[in-house]
Amino acid sequence: MAGDILGVTLLSLLVCASSTLIATLIGVPLGVTLGLREFGGRRLLRNLLFTLYGLPPVLAGLLVFLLLSRGGPLGGLGLLFTPLGMVFAQVVVVTPIILGITMSVVATMERRVKETALALGADRRQLSTTVLREAAAGILTAVMVGFGRAISEVGAVFIVGGHIEGQTQVLTTTIITDISQAEYGHAIALGVILLAIAAVVYSLLYRLQERTLP
Amino acid sequence: MTLEFAGISKAFDGREVLRGVDLRVEAGEVFALVGPSGVGKTTLLRCASFLLRPDGGVVRFGGREAPDEPGAALALRRRIGFVAQNPCLFRGTASYNVSFGLCVRGVEGRELEERTDEALESVGLRHLANAHGSKLSAGEAQRVAFARAIVVRPEVLLLDEFTANLDPANVAQLEAAVTAYHRRSRATVLIVTHNLFQAKRVATRAGFLFDGRIVETGGVEGFFTNPRDGRTKAFVRGEMPY
Repeated sequence: MAGDILGVTLLSLLVCASSTLIATLIGVPLGVTLGLREFGGRRLLRNLLFTLYGLPPVLAGLLVFLLLSRGGPLGGLGLLFTPLGMVFAQVVVVTPIILGITMSVVATMERRVKETALALGADRRQLSTTVLREAAAGILTAVMVGFGRAISEVGAVFIVGGHIEGQTQVLTTTIITDISQAEYGHAIALGVILLAIAAVVYSLLYRLQERTLP
Repeated sequence: MTLEFAGISKAFDGREVLRGVDLRVEAGEVFALVGPSGVGKTTLLRCASFLLRPDGGVVRFGGREAPDEPGAALALRRRIGFVAQNPCLFRGTASYNVSFGLCVRGVEGRELEERTDEALESVGLRHLANAHGSKLSAGEAQRVAFARAIVVRPEVLLLDEFTANLDPANVAQLEAAVTAYHRRSRATVLIVTHNLFQAKRVATRAGFLFDGRIVETGGVEGFFTNPRDGRTKAFVRGEMPY
């Protein structure tokens, strides 16, 4: 039992950390770039991203399931019912959140920051780096919200992972099956572990965020 | 390097702020552009610092228009220094802020340190090199912003109401820093101000911007003691020229 819990906990951490990391690597650079540029469809894109904040994980899971299933366009990759497939599903759920918040933080950043960097001779790349540095606290908030979504997510990983014992069981999906089997004590114990993970990760991110503030 | 505005016009939300400004600032001179608040002085300066694109007309540096090619445009932009009325310091120390322009130009190592220290020294702030920008007073922050602009040795220095709202001691220190930099570099300096005393103290020539146009320009002595235009006369007497 203890070994099971350890395995489920480690897989949960691995899936959440990987998906948050990948979503950050996609969402932050794209969010900075889109936040810095004035373009015609920016409002439309922002509204689309805001809509995706509320993307039901079961719907995301279903879409990824169809993509990865044998007859789907990415079926050949063999990712369905694997931890990698679960990471893929969570990236779909988390990326719009990190991208959207980063874009908003950069777009609403004081205009003078961007102008000062340009007036001091920064090129486009140096401007992006400067904005990234100045907006670090806001961007860390985006990552924290993204991680929160990933660690608490159940629908997408359930559908794409299949909750296969010893292979794709994570804390949230195990809690669901525990409840269905009236194993309330076990479910609560896993819930406490989930909260403890969130507490440790958030305290680390918060300390990092404090260091970025003036 | 000469700085020339030819027929510059700019409107915001249908309101014309600049209506065909023609002005030439000679290489190596200190020119003060004066005028009441809201006549477009800052807008004109922002056009020269590439922060704003004019609706009409051209800005020429050394007789040439700004190139369209990004690399050449950046190279020209890096020869211009700009200090805004309300400085925006980046997160980090005074030293980090001052070294920013050098870093983006690829200066590093000992040269970076020496030039940063030298610029901070020129505004009397070397002792605050490691102080965080957010902990500085308004006057100290503006002095850091000035040091940050001159550390890259710009050939054209644009100063937008750079001592507004500062106490006399900080004003004196910044004006002395402008004079010292000009003497050392022979840079072309354009100061936008509504402080006539400052214009007299620092500039060699002055111009009056009113209603989106240059009304008159001249040597500082004549401009302030015997202006030709009635509106300039009223302004230098401390009256509204309307």
